[in-house]
Amino acid sequence: MIEWIESVLGLTIQVGTVYLLASLGEIYAERSGVLNLGLEGIMVMGAALSFIFTLAYGHLAAILISVIAGILMSLILAVMAVYMRLNQTVTGLALTMLGLGLSGFLASPEVRKVILLALNPSLPESLLAIQEAPKLPEIHVPLLSGLPIIGCFFRQNVLVYVSYIAAPLMWFILFKTRPGLSLRSVGENPAAADAMGIDVFRVRCLATMISGGFAGLAGAYLFLGFQPFWQEGLTAGKGFIALSLVILSTWNPLRAILGAYLFGGVEVIQYRLQLFGLGALSPYLLAMLPYLAAIAALVAVSIESVRKRIGVPASLGIPYSREE
Amino acid sequence: MEKLVELRGIVKRFPGVVANDRVDFELRRGEVHALLGENGAGKTTLMNILYGLYKPDEGEIYVRGRRVELKSPRDAISLGIGMVHQNFRLVESHTVLENIILGLGEDKLRIDFEKHRRRIMELAERYGWRIDPMVRIWQLSAGEKQQVELLKILYRGAEILILDEPTSVLTVQETRRLFEALRRMAREGKGIIFITHKLNEVMEVSDRVTVMRKGRVVITKETRETTKAELANYMIGRPIVFGQKKVSAKLGSIVLKVIDLKVLGDRGYPAINGVSLEVRRGEILGIAGVSGNGQVELAEAIAGLRRPLAGRILLNGVDVTGMDAGKMIELGVAYIPPEGNKLGIVPGFRVVDNLFLKAYRYPPYSNNLLLNWGKMLEKAQELIEEFGIVTPSALSRTSSLSGGNIQRLILARELSGIVGGIPRLIVAAYPTKGLDIGATEFVHDLLLRYKEMGSGIIFISEDLEELLLLSDKIAVISGGRIRGVLAREEADAEKIGLLMSEAVIQAG
Repeated sequence: MIEWIESVLGLTIQVGTVYLLASLGEIYAERSGVLNLGLEGIMVMGAALSFIFTLAYGHLAAILISVIAGILMSLILAVMAVYMRLNQTVTGLALTMLGLGLSGFLASPEVRKVILLALNPSLPESLLAIQEAPKLPEIHVPLLSGLPIIGCFFRQNVLVYVSYIAAPLMWFILFKTRPGLSLRSVGENPAAADAMGIDVFRVRCLATMISGGFAGLAGAYLFLGFQPFWQEGLTAGKGFIALSLVILSTWNPLRAILGAYLFGGVEVIQYRLQLFGLGALSPYLLAMLPYLAAIAALVAVSIESVRKRIGVPASLGIPYSREE
Repeated sequence: MEKLVELRGIVKRFPGVVANDRVDFELRRGEVHALLGENGAGKTTLMNILYGLYKPDEGEIYVRGRRVELKSPRDAISLGIGMVHQNFRLVESHTVLENIILGLGEDKLRIDFEKHRRRIMELAERYGWRIDPMVRIWQLSAGEKQQVELLKILYRGAEILILDEPTSVLTVQETRRLFEALRRMAREGKGIIFITHKLNEVMEVSDRVTVMRKGRVVITKETRETTKAELANYMIGRPIVFGQKKVSAKLGSIVLKVIDLKVLGDRGYPAINGVSLEVRRGEILGIAGVSGNGQVELAEAIAGLRRPLAGRILLNGVDVTGMDAGKMIELGVAYIPPEGNKLGIVPGFRVVDNLFLKAYRYPPYSNNLLLNWGKMLEKAQELIEEFGIVTPSALSRTSSLSGGNIQRLILARELSGIVGGIPRLIVAAYPTKGLDIGATEFVHDLLLRYKEMGSGIIFISEDLEELLLLSDKIAVISGGRIRGVLAREEADAEKIGLLMSEAVIQAG
């Protein structure tokens, strides 16, 4: 029994980390007033690039490249949505379409082969055609990993540990430091922040780039840490689930941890039910579960936040301009 | 006396207008300097330039004798300039403390909440304010929010303070407290620029006054060497008459009776909490109160735009509770919404379209299927003349009209009786807000004309002067309740203010 719980819990953490990493960055963007709907596209790009660059240069380079690509992609959004004040929904979705298309193109066998040879001409022929890459190794934390049940928290790969540290750190920055206060103010009332000498555009641009970096990291993790077999559209809507998780967490990085593992858990249970043969009835119905959970979470939060008045950042999605 | 600020030859152009035309202005240490002018005279533009929000097209800015270049509010703040905007620039969901230290470079990274809390308390006490730094802004009254705005500036050690129409949201008592604090700041050697269009306030609080009209400075004078009448003359360019406009209309039967009405606000809390009212034919019932105390919800409930939670509304003795706006229009209820340019028109529509937003459904303007544009244009032309709407034509886009003309358009639509004849009941919510003196007078005269013709009128305003000028009775609203109804003879600013603040004390 304990073994079973441990395996479910361990898997829950692994799935949840995808959501956690993506939503941590998105929380920063939305707290600053920018809705980054490009999350899905950036994640899938991160996954594709980590695939290619792992084969060429190894894990570390792949992760770095994914993060940088995420930052650059979100910079496109920042320029369009923050500086040119275009509609954030449309630009964000465009970015998602771009990411889905471009990742499919870059990682398709023919193109990938060309890229790989350009990056590293000494690669053996066998690596040019495979659809998978080596998974990130698990790191066992001494002593802790030996504990019953919670030990599985400490038998994970490096990016999971990064998420353990990033969530509380980002919470601290957001609520206890000066840059965090500036960021939250910009998302609530940019005119007030502007009047106090804060560069609204720069803060929003940086926050959007942070969300891009984390989305890239989430994509790299999804591929290298969880499912290192490439297929087109690998993210399968995970970026959108992360978006609803941001709302569920009421834009709070600590609550995002719980939400991420909750969604992760729903997904894992869905796999397990399929194993028990319940999926035979209709695998599609079960595959719907995480998305259904996301919708249920949104409805619950919308009621809750009306009651407690800790809702949406007041200026989310609204471009700022001074002379209007 | 040392000059804290000197502006020379400031020019600022916006598309189509010159907002500031070679403006000179100076502020001395230790003075309260009123900047007087009508809406659109260029006062706020000038101060936004001094605060670094706008860049001037021409002209020079000197602060403490040194020529400066202000690229953003950050530059202004570092020179000790602070501004309290007319609409508070506070983050509602954050605490007082967080608002005050926002953008402050003092803490390197981690915020020392305890240190700031202590210092803010000390500073507030100096001006006789009691404020808990850990309370969230949305829990504060308008007067307290303004204190936070001032603390924000003072906390940065500003000695050049700009206040843009600071009294527009305050009760009489809160205004007095503000003036005391301002006098004290002046004595401490700060310089205060006080933007206003209210003559009484200029006389009460300022040492000197600069009058602006149409983007230019008309004159700068010592306040004690001038009079209200003279300032009004400078401000408008023609003499105006102060005093009551007496229109004696016979009060007739009861038009509107509201009984124990309860209405929910947008946030889902009751905004109107047991209100009873009565309006007779030929009567103007003024509703006084700081805005946001349920006035709009009350007006919308009577106009059929908001379904009451409980209570009854009787129109000419007939129960109309819960009827929709269309039905109310047909029964002769005219509604002049607040913020007419947002809620009263469709900006992208033409003038004629907006004039017929209500009447287009009825003959002779439509026959249930086709619109009769000829008839509508003909009538629109008539209304444009009658109500003095300045527009290139009935086919111009409404959004290109000025605020005053948009208000005239709304009045024409609501009052001219193109549906249902002369309105039985007029609900006017802040009909003069943001209008210049000319347009305000027009609205006043119009309401009095309908009073004479026998309409019952509910007149919601924040401006006590105009309430006292027009109303037969004044009901004071606060926290969604009527705190008292005063006949015009017994009403004065003092009594009304007390009724407003009594409620605040009860609520607090």
